[in-house]
Amino acid sequence: MTATLSRIELMRGLTRILRDEAVIAGIGNTNFDLYAAGHRPQNFYMLGSMGLAFPIALGVALAQPQRRVIGIEGDGSLLMNLGCLATIAMVAPANLTLVVMDNGVYEITGGQPTASAQRCDFVEVARATGIAHSAWAQDTSDFVRLVQAALERTGPSLIGARIERGPAIAQPPRDPAQIRDRFMQAMGSRKGFGA
Amino acid sequence: MPSDSAWAGVVLAALRKHDVRLAVYVPDKVLIPLIDGVHADPFFTAFTATREEEGVGICAGAWMGGLRSILMMQTSGFGNVPNALASLAVAYQIPVVMLVSERGSLGEVNVGQVWSSRVVAPVCDALGIPHQTIERPEDLAFVVDRSIVQAHATQTPVVLVLSPRLTGGKVFA
Repeated sequence: MTATLSRIELMRGLTRILRDEAVIAGIGNTNFDLYAAGHRPQNFYMLGSMGLAFPIALGVALAQPQRRVIGIEGDGSLLMNLGCLATIAMVAPANLTLVVMDNGVYEITGGQPTASAQRCDFVEVARATGIAHSAWAQDTSDFVRLVQAALERTGPSLIGARIERGPAIAQPPRDPAQIRDRFMQAMGSRKGFGA
Repeated sequence: MPSDSAWAGVVLAALRKHDVRLAVYVPDKVLIPLIDGVHADPFFTAFTATREEEGVGICAGAWMGGLRSILMMQTSGFGNVPNALASLAVAYQIPVVMLVSERGSLGEVNVGQVWSSRVVAPVCDALGIPHQTIERPEDLAFVVDRSIVQAHATQTPVVLVLSPRLTGGKVFA
């Protein structure tokens, strides 16, 4: 069992090393933390569709093979859609990095324990599906090092972080059209109206 | 009743015309000629999703990145997607184009398919998603072509149901 890490410090560490990578963050605290660590137009914040952060990230990765794409998902969300790990291993995009924030509870609904609180080990699950480069972060600097190594690697990687419980310190505006449009402009797939 | 799979060729031509290069599917026996078609042509990137809502996520991400896609499934699988459509495709105005093979009618022997196929139209109506059931071969090219155009122009998902009248449906021995 690895140490329990600070969510916001992990997300700040990740955000600090980013350049033009697309980052797709799942519902609830995962995307709240990404926003709180510092908004960037290449961030996509989900408002629903629990469990689809990694599939959305896979779609972006296939559309933009020259860009690095990161999906960030919580333990409860990933448990809803474990099959997506098998799909990602099968498709094997060169440019996709997966991050699992695991605190062993459904934080946003009151802290009910997830299956990963007892037995389920996401790094082992990912390896078993065929995502060979899968590892738990031992501490915040190890997490950043693992993300950096994943961003430089050809092929999918998964990084797990066992995180603390608690509320987020900020949330993005709940405006899906604006979130999507800003993201697409940052991806270069959509032109805005100009200044 | 059509005895060949000419319908699949019509769909493939429409996909190529509109630069729809990503094909994600949960398999269906009636869709075999279309599935084989997208795998046979290097124009397409084609693979299975483990569940239909996973496919909605993949196709939504692809479109936001600038890649058009088609998501194929059977009617029972459509029953898995309402939340993904409501909170992702509809809420974020993302054109997910879905091709749904109709089971549960015209000779169905599996009662489980009968009930699940009946959710498609009410779900689409509830979410304001345009849906067309294509029955006649002479309608196919027009409906598929125009539906792909409108979905992308208006940033709205669209559901195209392929009737057994068009495809021959699943034949039970």
